[in-house]
Amino acid sequence: MSSILYDVAGPRTRRRTAIWSIVGALFVLGLLYLAYRQLDSRDQWDPERWQVFTDPPMGQTAEDVWRSLLVTGLGATARAAGIAAVIALTAGVLLAVLRMSASRWVSWPTTTVIEFFRGLPVVLLMFFGVIAIGLPIFWGVVFGLAVYNSAIFAEILRAGIVSLPKGQSEASYAIGLSRWQTLFTVLLPQAVRRMLPSLISQLVVLLKDTSLGFIIGYAELLRRLQTNTQFFGQRYWFQFFVVGAAIYIAVNFTLSRLAVYLEKRGTKKAAGGVARADQAQIPGTTATGMAGGADV
Amino acid sequence: MDTVIDELPLYWDGFTTTLALTLLSAAIALVLGTILGSFRVSPVPTLRWFGTAYVEIVRNTPLTLVFIFFVFVAPQLGWTPSGFFAPAVVALSVYTAAFVCEAVRSGINSVGLGQAEASRAIGLTFPQTLRLIVLPQAFRTVIPPLINIFIALTKNSSVAGGFFVAELFGVARQLANAHPADVIPVLVFIGVFYLIITIPAGLLAGYVERKVAFAR
Repeated sequence: MSSILYDVAGPRTRRRTAIWSIVGALFVLGLLYLAYRQLDSRDQWDPERWQVFTDPPMGQTAEDVWRSLLVTGLGATARAAGIAAVIALTAGVLLAVLRMSASRWVSWPTTTVIEFFRGLPVVLLMFFGVIAIGLPIFWGVVFGLAVYNSAIFAEILRAGIVSLPKGQSEASYAIGLSRWQTLFTVLLPQAVRRMLPSLISQLVVLLKDTSLGFIIGYAELLRRLQTNTQFFGQRYWFQFFVVGAAIYIAVNFTLSRLAVYLEKRGTKKAAGGVARADQAQIPGTTATGMAGGADV
Repeated sequence: MDTVIDELPLYWDGFTTTLALTLLSAAIALVLGTILGSFRVSPVPTLRWFGTAYVEIVRNTPLTLVFIFFVFVAPQLGWTPSGFFAPAVVALSVYTAAFVCEAVRSGINSVGLGQAEASRAIGLTFPQTLRLIVLPQAFRTVIPPLINIFIALTKNSSVAGGFFVAELFGVARQLANAHPADVIPVLVFIGVFYLIITIPAGLLAGYVERKVAFAR
């Protein structure tokens, strides 16, 4: 296959590629071996350490450990993320609509609010919710996530609306729909479909950001890892880290695949097709830091 | 308001620490990310897989977990840094590198296939193609996403405040404890300091993006 950087390889290049491939493999294996050795020197592969998940010490059962991680921990993560996602999506639609209002008196302040929310760290917003507004920890976490992500969702939806062919709104005005009817029955549904991959990858970001609750003391998955190591001993940190990372990666990976699947499947229902998650940035809309930055 | 003015030196310390954290991590992530990005577009399969694996793993891991690794887990594995600044820089760099890698890769892929084919057809060598044709065009496309990554990094550096680094968010926690009566102005001002970095950077990204759109 020809690509931007190289042509279809001939026999000599193929041989060279094969050699470099082996060198690359040795390099990667070398790194892995070094990591393995370092861990081994600290007895991290000792089966006794991993038994904390099958036959834990200190009178606990394996079920207790897994329950604290998957039910209590992941459950708390999912609950905060779920509620925040619903609020953020609703508020995001509202902000997008207000921002596109014909009146400057509405659109300008909305733009300012969106820019402010987007420019602040989520953990600071969570902290503000708990300390300054006096929300319980759970709602502080939801507040931070919802405020930040509503601004991001608003920008994604707006970019979606702007990217639709002009004929869509022209046609709906022509058949006599009002401005609001056009927005809600013609433009927004298509914008949502078109931006579905971006919306889903932002939901993954939202889920990841739930972990910021760890910092302000919300008992989510990562906090559960910590309480477990406090109970069983610091020597189990690596084991709990590996399991915690595996849980997060499995959940997020599934969601990311869903975004890719939707992107590939495309849909004919949105004029102009579905925008790729990483290309949802529409030049010239001054949607600064929209998709690309927001995914980080 | 008086509290804010009284504590201005502390704000300044937090602000400079945030800046130091961000700039240092940005520099390391840029180097690391570019290397990983070149792995991902190289003709060598093993390097491509390595790059892909790195990006997929890191992108699906929350930054907080990366911090937990370098602050709590690393000492168990034999790495005991003297302070909390170094692990914070490492965590932010490792995390951000994955996003830089993706920006670099999509920047290179955004250059039209015909460009490289034409340059090879007129007999330019691989380094010449890269230096004269591909990279100058890729560079333009990569700048706006890179600025966005830098903005995200600035906001992400606040996580370090939860791991014992006295940057802006760390200062926020400290001041909120010390002045329970004035938390609202205290926290609003912390926000202002973040916005001082993020909003101009966002405007810059938008400006560059429009410039690039014209150049194509």
